[in-house]
Amino acid sequence: MTAELGHFALALALGLALLQATLPLYGAARARPALMELARHTAIGQFILVAIAFGALARAYVMSDFSVAAVAQNSHSLKPLLYRMTGVWGNHEGSLLLWLLILTLFGAMVAMFGGSLRKAFQARVLAVQAMIGTGFLAFTLLTSNPFARVWPPPLDGAGLNPLLQDPGLAFHPPLLYFGYVGLSVAFSFAVAALIEGRVDRAWARWVRPWTLAAWAGLTAGIALGSWWAYYELGWGGFWFWDPVENASFMPWLAATALLHSAIAAERREALRSWTVLLAIVAFSLSLLGAFLVRSGVLTSVHAFATDPERGVFILLLLGIATGGALALYAWRAPAVGTGVPFRPVSREGALLLNNLVLVTACATVLLGTLYPLFLDALDAGKVSVGPPYFAATFVPLVAPALVAMAVGPMLAWKRGDLAGALGRLWLAALGAALAAGAALAYGETLAALGLAAAAWIGLGALVEWGERLRLGRAPVEEVRRRARSMPRGAWGAGLAHLGVAVVVAGITASQCFQSELILAMKPGDSARIAGYEIRFDGVSRIQGPNYRADRATLSVLDDGAPLAVLGPERRFYPVERQHTTEAAIRTTFLADLYAVIGEDDAQAGRTVRLYHNPLVPWIWIGAIVMALGALLSLSDRRLRLAVPARRRRQPATA
Amino acid sequence: MRRLLFLLPLAIFAALAVWLYAGLGGDPARIPSPLVGRPAPAFAVNGLATGDLEGPALVNIFASWCVPCRAEHPLLAHLAEEEGVVIYGIAYKDKPGNTNAFLAELGNPFRKVGYDEDGRAGVEWGVTGVPETFVLDAEGVVVLKHTGPLTPDAVRRDLLPALGR
Repeated sequence: MTAELGHFALALALGLALLQATLPLYGAARARPALMELARHTAIGQFILVAIAFGALARAYVMSDFSVAAVAQNSHSLKPLLYRMTGVWGNHEGSLLLWLLILTLFGAMVAMFGGSLRKAFQARVLAVQAMIGTGFLAFTLLTSNPFARVWPPPLDGAGLNPLLQDPGLAFHPPLLYFGYVGLSVAFSFAVAALIEGRVDRAWARWVRPWTLAAWAGLTAGIALGSWWAYYELGWGGFWFWDPVENASFMPWLAATALLHSAIAAERREALRSWTVLLAIVAFSLSLLGAFLVRSGVLTSVHAFATDPERGVFILLLLGIATGGALALYAWRAPAVGTGVPFRPVSREGALLLNNLVLVTACATVLLGTLYPLFLDALDAGKVSVGPPYFAATFVPLVAPALVAMAVGPMLAWKRGDLAGALGRLWLAALGAALAAGAALAYGETLAALGLAAAAWIGLGALVEWGERLRLGRAPVEEVRRRARSMPRGAWGAGLAHLGVAVVVAGITASQCFQSELILAMKPGDSARIAGYEIRFDGVSRIQGPNYRADRATLSVLDDGAPLAVLGPERRFYPVERQHTTEAAIRTTFLADLYAVIGEDDAQAGRTVRLYHNPLVPWIWIGAIVMALGALLSLSDRRLRLAVPARRRRQPATA
Repeated sequence: MRRLLFLLPLAIFAALAVWLYAGLGGDPARIPSPLVGRPAPAFAVNGLATGDLEGPALVNIFASWCVPCRAEHPLLAHLAEEEGVVIYGIAYKDKPGNTNAFLAELGNPFRKVGYDEDGRAGVEWGVTGVPETFVLDAEGVVVLKHTGPLTPDAVRRDLLPALGR
């Protein structure tokens, strides 16, 4: 019964979405308050209905109700409770329902916290949001019903891919979807603004917090996915330029550009129509990602089970949403105007440079990801699309943005003083030179460039804070006062830039200074890597809840003294008939000692792979710092959603 | 003129959408290769070069880190040992130590193995993912490309006929 209830709730939600997509638009055009008001109630209603559907599916998973097809195909009664629950979104149907849950949650949030928006504008935003909702609800109900039954029900389920049975990956989709779908709000705001033909500072101020929230989710989600790839796939890498990874990276790049251009639009009314375009592009790339993952146009290690019918449907959704929005853009954007002009050397100029670089980088990734398709269509020459392509195009492209990153925040709006800004950055320049010198001492030119960039950006962010606080130039009391009154947005921006510096350092050091050792070991053998001695003590057989494993015992010795014990595993999941490797990692936060074991060979011994990865944890620490920076900015009073409304109401009640 | 600029995003998107639609129809596991109908591409890696290839034969692109390669390996062994098919292996983006361990563990069905550590040969062969298998005829011309792990069905239906059996 519960499954049917969920199905019914979804159908009802589709009805509400259809109402919300049409009537409020008419109401806004004809100034009918009742019809405009309707949007807020249907938005909240939609969320409640989708939450009921999600709850029904989650119950079917937790109770292992194998008469539901999706559960039978993707779950198993022996699976631990956590993975039975996260299995809800570990497949195509369930992940669509999660997508819908977050989409309607954002709609409900616009309805609840958008009280200070102009009524007609809010109605239009919610109507556009409901159009997206209609598309995805129809997609779910027509092509991917998560509640379809099987009869007779199988005795047990087929299980979940063991690679996905992992705490890191369990929470990767919700965070990522929060980012993908959060961008739909920026999209709806952009389309509503184009309908009205009006983009002002208030518009930009509204778009920023939603984009920030989505960006924080996207950043954390990507980082979690890459961390999972690092410790679960077992070969020490953290980013593979896989089509599905790129599908999440492209919206991230566009959203990063949007965050920055929205600042210029809000503060200086510059880059107006450009910001609107970016808002459309960012969400369109989310949709494109959904298309790539679910339609089967590209082969990938973690593409969902694919189906051309679904592909056509998503392409249709993408065509209507993006095509419609861009047509509206072509028609209305000239009315919006490009914005207030500015000198090239200014804060706006730096933000524009940032945008150009990010958008070009995004286009490069798009080209690389879709290349196999282009090849089909053109039947032209061949280029390898993989890490070599991206290393050769993406990295040199973003390099100027990294250099400009420290300078931009030091420039004044409208007309900046480049020499002055560079002069105040002498500390960062010194740090960069020292970092480069240290790396060159090891004979690594690439590392020198990367570490210099990291030092430049990191110290640049600190210098910018120092400048704002007049640190070292004003009395302590004044500095303290300035620190208290400095807007959270400024703290957040600096923190996010600091995070980028940490990520750049982590990527550089782990790429340039990694040591790797692969050897066959027998009990008692030992090996040396990066100054540590690793002794192989043997392998024991252990039994997990739904797998059995060989666990090796590797003692890490430092000058003969025992330091740690590594226990890498090789697991076998009998239900899915799959092997997985579980890396053992000992981290000092400055470096990881990483061990994986392979198959046993009676003659040669057990294959053991050892890595020493300097600074690799910084990649994820940096990403978390970036996301925290976004959250800190989000808590800024000026962006807090309910505040303008309350402030406006206060004089009336007083 | 300025209006045209605002139309540009729409035009780019329209072109993209047409491409995506064109890509939909095909089975991603059968990406047509521009190599089909042409001689094997010129490449030279440690252990294997174009001149070493003697058709009719299979060229199998594999890697020790690739799980599907492990899955198709018994089939390659069967083809080499029972059917007498000549198979050349190219270990794509793989460390030689790992490749050798992989072959020592599962058996070596290859007449020769090329160690394509940086993926250069993969570029020449237009590799989109591992495993991939190419069929060469007696003149050394590529007659078929199979993307993804081999299955007994694909071997019977496509590979053996292409080899002229």
